[in-house]
Amino acid sequence: MSASTEHAATLEADQDIPDNVEPEHHSDGYYIKVALILAVLTAVETSTYWIDFGPLFLPTLFIMMFLKFFMVVMIFMHLRDEKPIYRFLFYTGLALALVVYLGALATFHFFE
Amino acid sequence: MADTAVHSEAGHEPDSHGHHEHGHAHASGLSNNKLAMWMFLGSECLLFGGLIAVYMLYRGRHAGSPGPDQLWDVPLTSISSFVLLMSSLTMVLAVSAAKQGDDRRTINWLVTTALLGATFVGAQVYEFTHFYREGVGFTTSLFSSSFYTLTGFHGVHVTVGVLMLLALSGIMRRSRVTGDKAETVELVGLYWHFVDIVWIVIFTLVYLIPA
Repeated sequence: MSASTEHAATLEADQDIPDNVEPEHHSDGYYIKVALILAVLTAVETSTYWIDFGPLFLPTLFIMMFLKFFMVVMIFMHLRDEKPIYRFLFYTGLALALVVYLGALATFHFFE
Repeated sequence: MADTAVHSEAGHEPDSHGHHEHGHAHASGLSNNKLAMWMFLGSECLLFGGLIAVYMLYRGRHAGSPGPDQLWDVPLTSISSFVLLMSSLTMVLAVSAAKQGDDRRTINWLVTTALLGATFVGAQVYEFTHFYREGVGFTTSLFSSSFYTLTGFHGVHVTVGVLMLLALSGIMRRSRVTGDKAETVELVGLYWHFVDIVWIVIFTLVYLIPA
């Protein structure tokens, strides 16, 4: 088998890999659209400094923060399409941090 | 020549035996480098979680010295947050270009990302200098200690990221990247995006929610 045939076979084999094995990579235009959404979310977040959102102030900030956080993780870091073990490692650290430190804050009566 | 183009487009350089390197892939098909990076990022969640929790506990402890509400310059911080967010876009474009085997475009996006990161660090240095001139040093109060520790740790992470980006662009320019070039760019990208998501949390919890 010539080198070029071998390389072509390798590429064909790569294309046969299931979606959950190799992360999917989108077009540059897709990433720019995501960045525009992130910019709008940041603008909404920042607007809470000047505009009175009343009782919606904290929920708005937390929703914007979670949306931005997971958009970057899922799309820019490609975790949505990554292998389960990578997702497990990251989310375990994240969940552990949340549980441990929310527990610590509760111990110090932070939420009262 | 055509062969090289095919390899280049796939983002995987063949070794001397004509085989593809997949970032020291394990028999399981997993890349050890990527596995280590995700494990590192998972552990970093615990580091920053601790620093954020300590800040949240102490942000009201500043008797006799300026507190968050007197110090924060939200418009300036919003602009620097936007700059860091956009650096995530340029980073993902660098990874995308690396996957396509376009070295020139990869280097350009890496350098752009580094410049945006350096701008963010510059804004943070300006902010720290301003606070210091307002009489808020590291040991002034529990609030200031926890604030400088949290944002300082993040700033150091961004600075390390900028150095990694510049080093990688220099190494790529000299064509001295060993192993899978696209994966190397992706690993630096993962670190950079993580620095960005940490700031997304800090910006909301520290700057936008009043103490």
